[in-house]
Amino acid sequence: MSDAAEGGGVGEPDDAEGVFGSGVERREDIPLLTGEGDYTADVSRPGMAHLAIRRSDHAHARIVDIDTSEAEAMEGVAAVYTGEDVVDSGVPNSIPTAWMLPGLVTPQYRILATDKVRHEGSGVAAVVAESPQRARDALDRIDVEYEELDQVTEPVEAVEKDVPPVHEEAEDNVAFDFELGDEEAVEEAFADADHVASVDLRQPRIVPNAMEPRAAVAEWEDRTEKLRVWMTSQNPHLHRMLLSAGTLGVPENRIEVIAPEVGGGFGSKIYHYPDEAVTAWCSMQLGRPVKWRASRQEGYVTDCHGRDHDTTAEIALDDDGTVRGVRAETHAGLGAQLSQFGTATPSYLYATVLSGQYTVPAIHCRVVGAFTNTTPVDAYRGAGRAEGIYVIERLMDVGARAVGMDPAEFRRKNLVQPEEFPYESAAALVYDSGEYERAMDKALEHVGYEDLRERQERLREEGRYLGIGVANFVESAGLSPSGLAGDLGSQAGGWESSIVRFDSTGTLTVMAGTADQGQGHRTTYAQIAAEELGVDLEDIEVIEGDTDRIPQGMGTYGSRSASVGGGAIARAAREVRSKAREIAEHQLEASSEDVVFDDGTFHIEGAPDRSLHIQEIAHEAYLGHDLPEGMDPGLEETNFYDPENFTYPFGTHVAVVEVDPETGETSIEEYVAVDDCGEVINPMIVEGQVHGGIAQGIGAALYEGAAYGDDGTLETRRMDEYAVPHATQLPDFETDNTVTPSPHNPLGVKGVGESATIAAAPAVVSAVVDALEPFDIEHLDMPITPETVWRALGGAE
Amino acid sequence: MSEHEITLTVNGEKHELRVEARTLLVEALREELGYTGANVGCETGRCGACTVRVDGDALKSCTRFAVQADGAEIETVEGLSEEGELSGLQASFKRNHGLQCGFCTPGMLLTAGTFLEDAEDPSRAEIREAIEGNLCRCTGYHNIVDAVEQVATDGGGESL
Ligand code: FES
Ligand code: FES
Repeated sequence: MSDAAEGGGVGEPDDAEGVFGSGVERREDIPLLTGEGDYTADVSRPGMAHLAIRRSDHAHARIVDIDTSEAEAMEGVAAVYTGEDVVDSGVPNSIPTAWMLPGLVTPQYRILATDKVRHEGSGVAAVVAESPQRARDALDRIDVEYEELDQVTEPVEAVEKDVPPVHEEAEDNVAFDFELGDEEAVEEAFADADHVASVDLRQPRIVPNAMEPRAAVAEWEDRTEKLRVWMTSQNPHLHRMLLSAGTLGVPENRIEVIAPEVGGGFGSKIYHYPDEAVTAWCSMQLGRPVKWRASRQEGYVTDCHGRDHDTTAEIALDDDGTVRGVRAETHAGLGAQLSQFGTATPSYLYATVLSGQYTVPAIHCRVVGAFTNTTPVDAYRGAGRAEGIYVIERLMDVGARAVGMDPAEFRRKNLVQPEEFPYESAAALVYDSGEYERAMDKALEHVGYEDLRERQERLREEGRYLGIGVANFVESAGLSPSGLAGDLGSQAGGWESSIVRFDSTGTLTVMAGTADQGQGHRTTYAQIAAEELGVDLEDIEVIEGDTDRIPQGMGTYGSRSASVGGGAIARAAREVRSKAREIAEHQLEASSEDVVFDDGTFHIEGAPDRSLHIQEIAHEAYLGHDLPEGMDPGLEETNFYDPENFTYPFGTHVAVVEVDPETGETSIEEYVAVDDCGEVINPMIVEGQVHGGIAQGIGAALYEGAAYGDDGTLETRRMDEYAVPHATQLPDFETDNTVTPSPHNPLGVKGVGESATIAAAPAVVSAVVDALEPFDIEHLDMPITPETVWRALGGAE
Repeated sequence: MSEHEITLTVNGEKHELRVEARTLLVEALREELGYTGANVGCETGRCGACTVRVDGDALKSCTRFAVQADGAEIETVEGLSEEGELSGLQASFKRNHGLQCGFCTPGMLLTAGTFLEDAEDPSRAEIREAIEGNLCRCTGYHNIVDAVEQVATDGGGESL
């Protein structure tokens, strides 16, 4: 971030020292800048055919009949399949949920629908043809007869109104009814408190809109019975496992999943969707490579959406502004099917952060997860924590007003103090470390908070409405400690795996189980390895995103790559170093205490000329001629790092806006982000993550939000109807940081991928509401468009 | 489907090809000629990922049929760097961390590079306007604006 960036140099340092923490330019960039990088859609295989998927344009309907004969007869069409064909093939055909909750209803989730379609966009038939155009042409020639059913798209209506169930297994459309916290303690706190303030809020659906649409190329080889799939994946190993055990039944050791360049994900490329399984299944049927690429419009109705919460939340307070308790009741839309983390996101990832940065003695949260006739909802950047922090930050605003305090002062008064860490919140998390006030002060200083408040007063007299929004956040990043996650219902581990290998000529290869979609892992991981082993960056190769080259991994989501993936690399590198040290001691004929390791070289204390560089030792390790008694040759280590806790990045963002009450227009005057993600590996990359995160948070606050029409189909289905922010809609960002290392992470890092998205939405909403305080506006739902403001100010009357 | 014989000169190299009347320019470039640098993000003219230069103008290549470009001189991202040397603008994107996933980058480079040819000392607001039609979901644009601004102020010479 700016502080650190000034301290560290930018560019490639020529030796390994000082590499960790400096803004090294990215090794990813050249292929991406020159057009040489291959995304999945750029992959082409000999004899490749093209898949297009016929999708339901109804939200809820029974499939009466599908006539594929005309499509099949078209020239250039290789095959047309329906859901029945997949069932008949005998593959497992089941997309599983990855997180169980008590009482969870888990309906069947097939890769092509058979009995009913439950949301617009659900796949009903597949065409494989010689060209993508031909495949799309043939889609129109498939005749699907539907019997339409009533549908429901809103989570509250789904469980409260008398509507036909999305799944027969859940008559009332309730997938789960989740509770966290101490209800009794909360009752007491509310009964004793001087004030209670409340807010009803809606967090609309977000369409992730990674710029690269999802895609897959599958190649089944009859001879070896091996399946190779290139796909837009944030976690190729998870996809390998789910393709094997969930949908296709091909043994895991005969599937290779490759994630080449991936053009953004933000959560949407974590999941096992039906489409890549259909692509692979078609390839297996035809014995030839098959490619599928989503159009943007398909993406809108099939990429898992984010958020979709309806919440009533309350905060109990004393006269002096002390928070006594918080409670929230949320209806979360899950969509028509359970996507892998669709259950975890609105339950554990949400309710557990409701304490925010504050001492809240009593917390209770209930979440009803509802099936609706909509695109499945799952984790989107900030997943769960964004929704939870939004709730507590909105409550801190209404609470401040209830006790007549300045919102920043009110927040400050309730902050968890540095000496209280590790801090066990009433929402079941143990925060690892934090100095909340330091970051908050820094952010307020950047904007000149006191002066701004004065300016706000003056402008109000002129009939201009300036608003200042302060949002504090803390999040549970670095998914996740396996044991804890398992206790809570996770069906997958939370570790990450890495191999650090010296090659016999002294170069170093790092293999990581995470998968990049723009975060620059190959750069930061090389920086970690350089730091740990004293090897020049140019001698380090980092490999990611191919299950045949990297044996195991969990992938990239939940801000986990630097902390969990980086942790695994650091630990593997340290094991490599200690083996190298044994060899050095042996060959230098010195005892352990006499040998020091400094910037890649082992030398004898006080005799720097008696030394061996670790890269020379690598050569010795593979030569095997002169190793310590009983030592095996080679110099590589595998590490599975399972963190003992989440990491807890935090910070304060401040948005300064001006709202024009006439037009309802909001303009952002200034945006300041102070983030603390622990130790910083590469300040340039961290800043980039913060920038992108802010953009998505502002997008949610002011522009985005998917809407369904009365017929249950998506109204915002194109880029001109759903506003992905463009360059003129966003301000310049001012970033800064503080560094509070995570005490339990091997590198002290906390992760930063999601932080800014979590902070930005509440900061901007708070600012707009603050601007409109003279109009007695307490809260406005996102997206706060000019129309939202205009209506709130009575424009509709 | 009627087919047409057309000529496209791409990054100085002349190609003759047969395309269907409905083949989009971006499809011809990517699928027929193998210039996969231009990306397809929306195929409806909304994202700018497919931007190339056609006879000197930046153009979203999903908004033109290939036959409409018959005889045109086309520049794609593959033609920006010479013998492995990044252009001034490409290097500036790298220095300023103006790209993350890189999917929008080819289009961004072509749009911004074309803008820089005529822009005199552009303000940040003008740069933002110039790239307004190119969506980026990763960077929040700040560093892209930095990258373009730096080339404009340093007089980075031929930006493309
Ligand atoms: S693909 Fe052409 S503008 Fe999006
Ligand atoms: S860098 Fe990913 S879309 Fe721009």
